Amino acid sequence: MTWYDVYSIGQGALFTIAISLASILLGVPLGLGFAVVRWARVPVFNEILIAYVSVVRASPVVTLALLVFFALPEVGLSLGPVAAGILTLTLSTVAFNTEIWRGVMLAFPKDQLESAAAFGMRRFERFRRIVFPQILHQALPALVSEMTLQVKSSPAVAVLGIVDITRAATRVGARTYDPLPPVIVALVLYSAIVFVFVRTQRTIERRRAAGLAAAS
Amino acid sequence: MSGAAIVWEHRDVLFAGFYNTILLFGIAAVASLALGVLLTMALMARSRSVAGLAFAYVDAMRCVPFLLFAYLLYFGLPSLGIRMGNWTSGLIALILYNIAYMAELLRAAWGSLAKDSIEAGHAFGFQGLGLVRRIILPPVFFAAAPSIGNQAIQILKDSAFLTIIAVSELTHAAMAIQTTYFVPFASFVAAIALYWLTCMVIELGVAFVGRVAQARR
Repeated sequence: MTWYDVYSIGQGALFTIAISLASILLGVPLGLGFAVVRWARVPVFNEILIAYVSVVRASPVVTLALLVFFALPEVGLSLGPVAAGILTLTLSTVAFNTEIWRGVMLAFPKDQLESAAAFGMRRFERFRRIVFPQILHQALPALVSEMTLQVKSSPAVAVLGIVDITRAATRVGARTYDPLPPVIVALVLYSAIVFVFVRTQRTIERRRAAGLAAAS
Repeated sequence: MSGAAIVWEHRDVLFAGFYNTILLFGIAAVASLALGVLLTMALMARSRSVAGLAFAYVDAMRCVPFLLFAYLLYFGLPSLGIRMGNWTSGLIALILYNIAYMAELLRAAWGSLAKDSIEAGHAFGFQGLGLVRRIILPPVFFAAAPSIGNQAIQILKDSAFLTIIAVSELTHAAMAIQTTYFVPFASFVAAIALYWLTCMVIELGVAFVGRVAQARR
């Protein structure tokens, strides 16, 4: 294995990071929106979302990727591999994020809502100023662990021909007939990505704890 | 002819793949849970070196994506002189990978177990393996049942990755139908429906265990 091979796996890492980040940036707010719809029990949409979460939670990402890539052109929407990959990962992470957001909303203390209403806050303002800032911090650990799971399921998009870390590493292995070194490079890269997520979460939690301590 | 009719006509291909998926899933779930118990005992061991090794294994597995690990076994084992088919190497990858996750969630349940029942066990003369088997494991299993169910669903979903190393499981079968007859929507929706059905069965199982746990309390 040469330095060029390491470089090519590094190129794959850029793809892994890009598609994972894109799906996270789309998936976290969308999950929040869906959770609000379920929390407010908006008729029809509520039932659709229940079915969506149940089905996607059960679907392997590989199968979902194949469905998105091959079946969407049938309804006249043909996506390139990268767009299809991002859409797949987003569809999958949204289902889990919806449940995470919904979980923390259900645990939100009712008395705070009632007192906010007593102060004359409207529903939207109440959500923006009272509910959201608090549930954001409660949801953070679960959201971050879902993000790391997301990074780990991202190799699924290799079936669409995207050269991510895993695909790049196996290519090097197939060419050099020595699979172990590229896999170790890949392992180090994945661990580094996961580590950055977990570390960011810890930093945010520490700052928040310090902020709360300073406020009280 | 509509896609659904074509898929129905070739349902034997789909069901053969489904059978393989269930087989892989069933063996991997049972084996990884059973071996996961052993690894949990190693994680909770008093010996520093045993626990350290077990933690290193669990942490390593939690950093690798499953597909990468499956590739490693598939391509790496032959260079060590171990030859096996892709089905077997896929199954072994599923088991070795999920042992770590099973052990980790059992460890969490074990850690939150009330200390008084363990002390009562000591007082009644239970020690070592007997203590673990009779006093610790039963409540740990019941407490961990929902997480074990979630991990079982994860094993089912991981098994779909094996299509990439050409194991003829459900997703592979759906892909085979799609490439021959160009019915992507019907074939992948059929596959996803079968995955979903399996998950429902798993969740029913977890709910049943939950009821048993309620009755035992």
